[in-house]
Amino acid sequence: MLTKRIIPCLDVTQGRVVKGLSFTHLSDAGDPVELAAFYYQEGADELVFLDIGATPEGRDLMADVVKHVAEQVFIPLTVGGGLRSISDIRYTLEAGADKITINTAAVLTPDLISQGAQKFGSQCIVVAIDAKRVNSENKPKWEVCTHGGRKPTGIDAIEWAGRVVTLGAGELLLTSWNADGQRTGYDLELTRAISETVSVPVIASGGAGNLEHLYEALTIGKADAVLVASIFHYRIYSIRQAKDYLAERGIPVRR
Amino acid sequence: MNNAAIVIIDYGAGNLRSVANAITKLGYQAKVTSNTDDVLNAAAVILPGVGAAGDTMDSLEKLGMSKVIRQFIYERRPFFAVCVGLQILFSGTEEQGWHECMGVVPGIVRRLPSGLKIPHIGWNQVKQMVTHPLFDGIPDETNFYFVHSYYANPDDISVAAGTTNYGIPICSVVIKDNLIATQFHPEKSGTYGLKMYSNFLKATLSER
Repeated sequence: MLTKRIIPCLDVTQGRVVKGLSFTHLSDAGDPVELAAFYYQEGADELVFLDIGATPEGRDLMADVVKHVAEQVFIPLTVGGGLRSISDIRYTLEAGADKITINTAAVLTPDLISQGAQKFGSQCIVVAIDAKRVNSENKPKWEVCTHGGRKPTGIDAIEWAGRVVTLGAGELLLTSWNADGQRTGYDLELTRAISETVSVPVIASGGAGNLEHLYEALTIGKADAVLVASIFHYRIYSIRQAKDYLAERGIPVRR
Repeated sequence: MNNAAIVIIDYGAGNLRSVANAITKLGYQAKVTSNTDDVLNAAAVILPGVGAAGDTMDSLEKLGMSKVIRQFIYERRPFFAVCVGLQILFSGTEEQGWHECMGVVPGIVRRLPSGLKIPHIGWNQVKQMVTHPLFDGIPDETNFYFVHSYYANPDDISVAAGTTNYGIPICSVVIKDNLIATQFHPEKSGTYGLKMYSNFLKATLSER
C-alpha cells in the first residue's frame, strides 16, 4: 500500500541554506546540495526547496542548485518561492525540479494553476495554501493568507482548496498559522477538513515540534505527507527516528 | 565505460534530465535525442514519460518515432519505458477521451478508480511476480516512486512482472521479451531505482 511521505523542507536564499543548521559533520552546512544529499541518504521521501529571498538573481542561483541536486539525488524535488509566471515555472522545471509550488501567485492569478497544469501536467503543480483560523460562531473557519502568512485575503481556505484542485493542482501543501500568525504545529481540524474535501494528496506543513505531531497529522489530520523543517534541521530528530516512530504506530512508511 | 549507444528518446517530455542523470550516475553515457536514426542504431533505448498519454503519442508520431519504436521492440531489442512510456505501449488509453496507442502490449489504460487520492503519488511496494535479472539485488515489495492517474490493464497477465496495490492491484512492471516498462519512475526511486536501471543496462550491454 502507498506509504506516507516524510519531506524535509529547506529554506534557501541566494543559493545558500538559511542559517541555523547544526550539521557540523558536513563540510558546508549552508550548501543546499550537500544538505540535500545528506537528507537523501537519510531516507527522505522527497525534498522541498523554498527560495525565501526570491530575487531574480536568487532564482538563477536556485536553478544552479537544483541542477546540481538533480545530478546526485534521485528522489523527487519540489521547488517554490516567488514563482509568478509560466516562464518562472518552466525555468524551474527545466533546471531539474520535478514539481513546483506556488502560493501567493495562485491567489493573485488563479489562471496560472490551470495554464501550468495544461502545459506541464497537474503532477508538477503543487499549490501551497497558508491558512489562518478566524473567529466564527458555529463551524470553524479558516482564511487564506498570502505573503508568508501575513496578508489575510478573506478567502475561505476550504473553498479555495476545492477551487485550486478544479483548476488543476495535483497536490496541496497546507500550512496552518494560528490566529496571531505563529506556526504552532499542524491544525488537525483544518488538515482533515481539506483532505476530506479534495481528491488530491495533501501535504501538511507548519511547525511540527515532535514526532507525535507527525503521527497526528497523518492520522487525525488525514494528511498524505508531512513537510518537516526545524526538527530535522536542528537535529532534534533524524528522519530514521521519525520513520521508526511512525512505523511502530502502524503508519506505512518507506524504510 | 561502455561505448555502446544508450539512447534516451527526447519527445519534449519533462523529466529527461532525471533519467540522463541516473544513467550518468551509474557510469554510462547516454545520448538524449529525437533523431530516429539514433534510436535505430542504439544498443538500448529508454523512453521516459511525464504528462498525458495522448500528447505523448502525438509527439512521437510527429517525430516519426512511433514506427521506429515498434520496429525496435518487434526486433526484441532492449527497450525500457517509464510511466507514460509504459502506457503508450498498450492498445489505447481512456485519458482525455480515447487515444489509440502503439498496441505493442494488448490491453487498455484506464483511470484509477475514485475512492483513493488521484494521482497515485508516492512510494508504494512492487510485488515481483517473476524471477528476472531486472530484479537482481532488489528485495520483493521494495518501494518505488509512483505519480500517475491512469493505469494499464494487460490482456495477458503473464506480462505483468510486477504488481502494486493501490486499492486495486495495478500492473507496475511489464516484461515482454526484451521490453521492460515500469509505471513508477526508477530515476526518482533512490538506490533501488538506480539498481533497476543498472540491471537493465548490465544485461543489455553484456550481450554484445
